Amino acid sequence: MGRKSPFKITLLLAAAGVTVVALATMLSLLWGSTPALKAFGWKFFFQKEWNPAMDRFGALPFLIGTLLTSFLALLLSLPLSLSISLLLGEYLKGGKLSSFIRSMVDLIAAVPSVIYGFWGLEVLVPAVREMEMKMDIVPYGVGIFTASLILSVMIIPNTASLAREVIQLVPRDLKEAAYSLGATRYEVIKKVVVPYARSGIIAGILLSLGRALGETMAVTMVIGNSSEIPKSLFSPANTMASVIANEFTEATGDLYYSSLIAVGLLLFVITTLFGILGRYVIKKTSIEGGK
Amino acid sequence: MESAILKTENLSAYYGNNRVVKSVTLPFYERKITVVMGPSGCGKSTFIRCLNRMHELVPGARVEGRVYLRNEDVYAMDPTIVRRKIGMVFQKPNPFPTMSIYDNVIAGYKLTGIKLKKSEADRIVETSLRQAALWDEVKDFLHKRGTFLSGGQQQRLCIARALAMEPEVLLLDEPTSALDPVATARIEELMEELSKTVTIVLVTHNIAQASRISHYTAFFYMGELVEFGPTERVFTVPRDRRTEEYLVGKFG
Amino acid sequence: MKGIKLRIFKDRLFRSAVYALSLLSLTPLFLILLYIFKRGLRVINWEFLTRLPRPVGVENGGIANAIVGTLILVFLASLLSIPPGIWAGIYLAENKNSKLAEAGRTAVDVLQGTPSIVVGIIAYLWIVKPMGRFSALAGGVALAIMMLPVVVRSTEEVVKLIPPYLKEAAFALGASYPKTILRVVLPAALPGIVSGVLLAVSRVAGETAPLLFTAFGNQFMNYNILKPVNALPLVIFNYAMSPYEEWKRLAWGASVVLILLVLAGNLISRTVVKKWKVRF
Repeated sequence: MGRKSPFKITLLLAAAGVTVVALATMLSLLWGSTPALKAFGWKFFFQKEWNPAMDRFGALPFLIGTLLTSFLALLLSLPLSLSISLLLGEYLKGGKLSSFIRSMVDLIAAVPSVIYGFWGLEVLVPAVREMEMKMDIVPYGVGIFTASLILSVMIIPNTASLAREVIQLVPRDLKEAAYSLGATRYEVIKKVVVPYARSGIIAGILLSLGRALGETMAVTMVIGNSSEIPKSLFSPANTMASVIANEFTEATGDLYYSSLIAVGLLLFVITTLFGILGRYVIKKTSIEGGK
Repeated sequence: MESAILKTENLSAYYGNNRVVKSVTLPFYERKITVVMGPSGCGKSTFIRCLNRMHELVPGARVEGRVYLRNEDVYAMDPTIVRRKIGMVFQKPNPFPTMSIYDNVIAGYKLTGIKLKKSEADRIVETSLRQAALWDEVKDFLHKRGTFLSGGQQQRLCIARALAMEPEVLLLDEPTSALDPVATARIEELMEELSKTVTIVLVTHNIAQASRISHYTAFFYMGELVEFGPTERVFTVPRDRRTEEYLVGKFG
Repeated sequence: MKGIKLRIFKDRLFRSAVYALSLLSLTPLFLILLYIFKRGLRVINWEFLTRLPRPVGVENGGIANAIVGTLILVFLASLLSIPPGIWAGIYLAENKNSKLAEAGRTAVDVLQGTPSIVVGIIAYLWIVKPMGRFSALAGGVALAIMMLPVVVRSTEEVVKLIPPYLKEAAFALGASYPKTILRVVLPAALPGIVSGVLLAVSRVAGETAPLLFTAFGNQFMNYNILKPVNALPLVIFNYAMSPYEEWKRLAWGASVVLILLVLAGNLISRTVVKKWKVRF
């Protein structure tokens, strides 16, 4: 057993290779952001000025832009996606309608984000602009709010299908036990389904949030590309991903370029943290489920 | 006394520090059916897995003692050669799902890299399937996948697959526990027929099956060999109280 | 039995809410799809698919170079990610408790969670910068980094599901470890792996962010992997952001072509799962 055959060594090398790619990713980001971090220190991440002309860079506007759009999108989409997941996982189990809606949701989830961005640009931006005119604020059309709307449209199918899967894992005998005691469907959902599926649903939400945080194209196209700290929900802004997409090829000077990589590093760290959190929740669930 | 083709000497098997087979010395006589019997968890499956060195594939598993096949130390041989000479059939029928019936029968050759001529392969497939009493049922769709067969047919296909390697000993680990009574009866018949040409070691916890078809019975309890002898004797005048209690259904 | 009426009322209220909210969210999603197809389908014809882009003001440009470019990028990415990904997946499934498997699994999680724009930066640092120019190769590397974790994960999951008794059966016949993996485990896992790989392919085919500063885009047909190349998502992005109506029209056409490509990948993947399903 102990002796490794050449065949096993090739398997081992492949696994090691994947690990090396992940490590190299982290190291490259660190290495690439070193000039910026040297120049500004850790304050880079909380500095609110981003001014390429003056060679002064801080990531705070983008950090705020990213967190604002993502959480707003989550807030907007959550009741909707959970409703869909309950509809598909609890109310419409089986049947033609259910499988039709499911493939529709899958199809919508598969649409590339650049196309959502295009749709947002053509349809959503004018609509928001009109709304802003009626509300008597500067009618940019683009901005945090529009980006959040697009993001929520994009994560609804994700959250819905993840949550549906978890809801369908609730053992039937548990639900039948509750029904046999005379519970209504609402009571079964509230007292049996949701408690049982809670951590799985939370993990699904965290995964979707991770996706929203890193989403680039759709946001880039409708957020308005402004490097100021957003003053309201309707101001143009930038997320970490969108500022990189907008400025990376045009970055002149080592410091500018390295600052953008540092923004990438920050984005990477944040999404990884949410990923770890999500996996922790899933792990905890599976342990509870195993007991 | 007949000659023992396969025998163990002070064989012990471990999972980590857990000793599940305790110093067993046991002969298997040529062209006889020997039943290894006992309540579940008594170490009987682990024991026969030591005979063809399958036990060591489990991480942390370890063996002490000796196993001799025709006086050759099995643990000094290459494990793949041991397994060719000592075939095995498992509890659950396990034909290879991606191979046809034909390929399943000669899987042992394909998987060990032995090239067969077409005529030779045809001959082996037919003889093995005939030996396993499956030929008539499958001869018209040899090139279809084996997974549509019934459980009993699948198990006979697995027996044919083992027989195709022309093993000296055939280990059957509760081969009928996943089958219905009719399929079980067919496999039992088949085992009796096969014992004319090959030595059979059968693990079972089915007392009736043991008494029906075996020539020798070994009774295991808690990893120990409690009693061994001709089946008739063990079943009529058991020497150990534990054997007797098991046979009358006090435990297991 | 207190308040049975109230309880039934609550039950009905909740059900209505679920139905209403689902309708409220599914309808717009539906309409978006419909809108895209309505705008895009009428643009698509033979010339659109086979011609090269034309300058602003000249009618009837096409996206032939972008289609070819996307195929090149996806091919490169598959070449770079599928073989090592499958191999690593087998390792992870076969050595569940080894230290390296733990590390590998974490690596897969990290890579899978890495935002696509960050992957673009990585491929820029690894390929574009040393080479001194944008290239299809850099784009392929970026997409390969995105595919790798998906391939590893789906292989690992499928191989884990192969019943252990199949491996035992092979060992009991005297098969060696490589033969058992190559002739028994891999064939049984293949449909699952293929479907996972196809899903990964169709997902990266729609990725734009990793290509922005790797493949970069190109107005001309290019088959040289060391030069910049166009891609469908890049065309959509560049044309969508342009002020010209004619280009936007082409972008809708390209969108529908891209969605159909992605959809075809998904459909084939599902068919593979159904049709090839290996019964154990």
